[in-house]
Amino acid sequence: MITLYIFIFLPFIFALLVPFLYKHLNRRAHTGWFVLLVPLSIFIYLVRYIPDVASGATFEYTLSWIPTFGINITSYIDGLGLLFGLLITGVGSLVIIYSIFYMSKVREALHNFYIYLLMFMGAMLGLVFSDHLLVLYGFWELTSVSSFLLIAYWYERKGSRQGALKAMMITVFGGFGMLAGFIMLIMMGDTYSIREIIANIDVIQGHALFIPALLCILLGAFTKSAQFPFGIWLPDAMEAPTPVSSYLHSATMVKAGIYLVARMTPVFGGSPVWFWLVAGIGLITLLYGSLTALRQTDLKALLAYSTISQLGLIMSLLGIGSLAVYFGPGESGTVFTVATFAALFHLFNHSTFKGSLFMVVGIIDHETGRRDIRYLGGLMQVMPITFTIALVGGLSMAGLPPFNGFLSKEMFFAAVNDVSQAGIFGLSKIGMLFPIIAWVASIFTFVYCMIFIFKTFGGVYRPEKLTRKVHEAPLGMLISPIILGLLVVFIFFFPNVLGKYILTPALTSILPMMPFTPYDVKISAWHGLNLELLMTFGVIAIGFILFKTAKRWIHIVRSYPQGLMLNHWYNQGVSGTERLSASLTNRYMTGSLRHYLIYIFSFFVLLLLGSLLLFHGIQFDFSNNAAISIYDIGLVIAMIIASLTVLLASNRILAIVALGALGYMVSMFFVIFRAPDLALTQMVVETVTTVLFLLCFYHLPKLKKSIDRIPFKLTNLIISVAMGLTVTLLALAANGHKLFEPITAFFENAYELAGAKNIVNAILVDFRGFDTMLEISVLTIAGLGVYILVHQRSKRREQRETE
Amino acid sequence: METLIVILVGILISIGTYLILSRQFLRIVLGASIVGHAVNLLLITSGGLKTGSAPLLGEKTAGFTDAIPQALILTAIVINFAVTALVLVLCYRAYQNFGTDDMEQLRGSEHE
Repeated sequence: MITLYIFIFLPFIFALLVPFLYKHLNRRAHTGWFVLLVPLSIFIYLVRYIPDVASGATFEYTLSWIPTFGINITSYIDGLGLLFGLLITGVGSLVIIYSIFYMSKVREALHNFYIYLLMFMGAMLGLVFSDHLLVLYGFWELTSVSSFLLIAYWYERKGSRQGALKAMMITVFGGFGMLAGFIMLIMMGDTYSIREIIANIDVIQGHALFIPALLCILLGAFTKSAQFPFGIWLPDAMEAPTPVSSYLHSATMVKAGIYLVARMTPVFGGSPVWFWLVAGIGLITLLYGSLTALRQTDLKALLAYSTISQLGLIMSLLGIGSLAVYFGPGESGTVFTVATFAALFHLFNHSTFKGSLFMVVGIIDHETGRRDIRYLGGLMQVMPITFTIALVGGLSMAGLPPFNGFLSKEMFFAAVNDVSQAGIFGLSKIGMLFPIIAWVASIFTFVYCMIFIFKTFGGVYRPEKLTRKVHEAPLGMLISPIILGLLVVFIFFFPNVLGKYILTPALTSILPMMPFTPYDVKISAWHGLNLELLMTFGVIAIGFILFKTAKRWIHIVRSYPQGLMLNHWYNQGVSGTERLSASLTNRYMTGSLRHYLIYIFSFFVLLLLGSLLLFHGIQFDFSNNAAISIYDIGLVIAMIIASLTVLLASNRILAIVALGALGYMVSMFFVIFRAPDLALTQMVVETVTTVLFLLCFYHLPKLKKSIDRIPFKLTNLIISVAMGLTVTLLALAANGHKLFEPITAFFENAYELAGAKNIVNAILVDFRGFDTMLEISVLTIAGLGVYILVHQRSKRREQRETE
Repeated sequence: METLIVILVGILISIGTYLILSRQFLRIVLGASIVGHAVNLLLITSGGLKTGSAPLLGEKTAGFTDAIPQALILTAIVINFAVTALVLVLCYRAYQNFGTDDMEQLRGSEHE
């Protein structure tokens, strides 16, 4: 059990070692080689779980963390978690190998890079293996933070900083929404555990918070997975080093939203809102992403939009698959179960081909110094291996055989055709839109894949447009994309190996209510000449024509007005809020102490007096008042006179003496009120204070006659009278209402409890001894402050001395 | 008695606030001192006045006055003293360094 925790937290633990490795060993060996051990060992560890999980077993371990609040780190390994775990560590290993050759060990701050990367890996593993909602949320935000750090890795570039900030703002915004959704879910299910919530599903589905929780959780998933209209952060995130783009922003982190939707399908699936949002937004994202990808000339931006589009595809498949929860076990249910299966399959396939494509772009960027297709072309001759990998990845993305993308694309077409026939949730009217949008988006996908491959590698080689001498990438850089490319082909020929051992267990955890055996879903390349295959033929034919005629229409897509773009609105919003906030803040943060005090006092009066009036608190009860003697009246009058003297005195000594007199009279009151200790202390302190004032007297400025204008004085007068009134009313109202019995009786046992006869002293030195100790520390700090202030040589005197 | 003291507290707070809002640093120190006295009186009033003898166990008496406000005030007096001393010295230093004790002239600039 403990080994699992060690492996989940291994990235964090190892991250602590990275600075030392970098400092002492980087000159001899690239730090990446050491870091590579981490994902590799976790991967091997997780592979050992595959047989058990494939046979339907799940593993659960609980590590008590904050038991008082019911917060435990519950690790739960099931099919879905394992699929993600393998992706995270598998792609992670390949990316680290790639980064060893991509990131220069001389020029780059590698320790930062690998610490962030390990932090991300650990957060992601924690995310997919935790069953506790709040722990999941914590890891979720940690992935956003590490993504921020990685995008801003080249922080001296403005684009990196802005891209990082944008990604952070949008994903953390969604994360907060998700937290709210989780809290609602916790309230409904009365548990933190996802599995217990799924077990309590009947209570939750009828609850009033069901729809709000659904919306909030989807907000988190959609922002993270770059769904429309939140996807605008992903293209900007491409400022990160390419290994990061390949790892976080195509293979793993952006799939966290997919993970969440899959995880929550047993809870929310079957509701029409869930279906329409997930499937609808997914389809819109698919279309939007593929159309926008066409406009791009930067290869990385093209891949970013294509990632958005593919994520939309997976999302819509999950939405369609959620209908299985509605239909339940049965023929219709099984049809939509296959859609969920296709989602998982495409998720895996996307990680393979998109990962390799990103690495290809990294290679091109690394070798030519360019990644703009307007400058590239004809690289086929100089980089044949890279070209082959790009061809495999690109054709797979376009959905052509013999690559894995073909299989999942066919399943996607099957799913959208099925859903148009489902006839529920109002699908009978507009269900036909599903296959149409999917088909159109697939044509666009085909076209941008062709652009990616043939504008870069085809055509005429123009070395004069490039700054460097181009040659094939070093072998080390090619290893990872070659492995991914081989996987792409391998999965096409043996899809059921993956299906049986990895995808079906994951499917079981998304749709636990569907009774099926691991052999129910079979993937095959040839289904006969059916509608899906005809759609693919259509895609190829029309896509090919569009690609050939691209020169004639591409400018129409590129001339899409700037003002209508989501990005434009985001930027306007951000700069607008910044301006507004700056002008607002400058208006009230004036740097004047008096203004700040006026705010404080006004709020004091408004809040307290307001709530007194609002809740009818002004009720007085004078019945318990003690009798007033003649001395009391005399003292009160004397105190008022003394304080007025302080107020009106125009010379310093008068004010100081009057203040001293006031203090002594307070100590007289303490005598009358039977508080001998207070009277003594007050007497001593007052004496010392007065002495202190008199000591400073020589150095202190003279009291100036007030030269302030009438409005200034009037404001002060109004505020001070209001303050006095508020305090008086509040105190009078409080005096008449004793809500609780005094707790003094406890302290009156001072002799038995503390061995002291003076109750006040017993409280100070025994019952609340710590408070007194801290009070003494405050006194010490103040004393040190006074000492330093007195002894620090003044600037003026120094100036005088130097002159 | 309580009502009388509360009204006195109100007056002291008003005067203290007025002084705190003025321009001169020294007046602010004086005002803060007065508010401190007022708060101490308010605290002791909250426990009820003249309800028994001093909270010393040796006395043979029916009841004691509430000891908790007294313990609180004892702390408050000392802290009040510390604050007054510090602010007073701060006032002295500010005057020495900047040659003025007008708060409007001492006010912080926008980019510090």
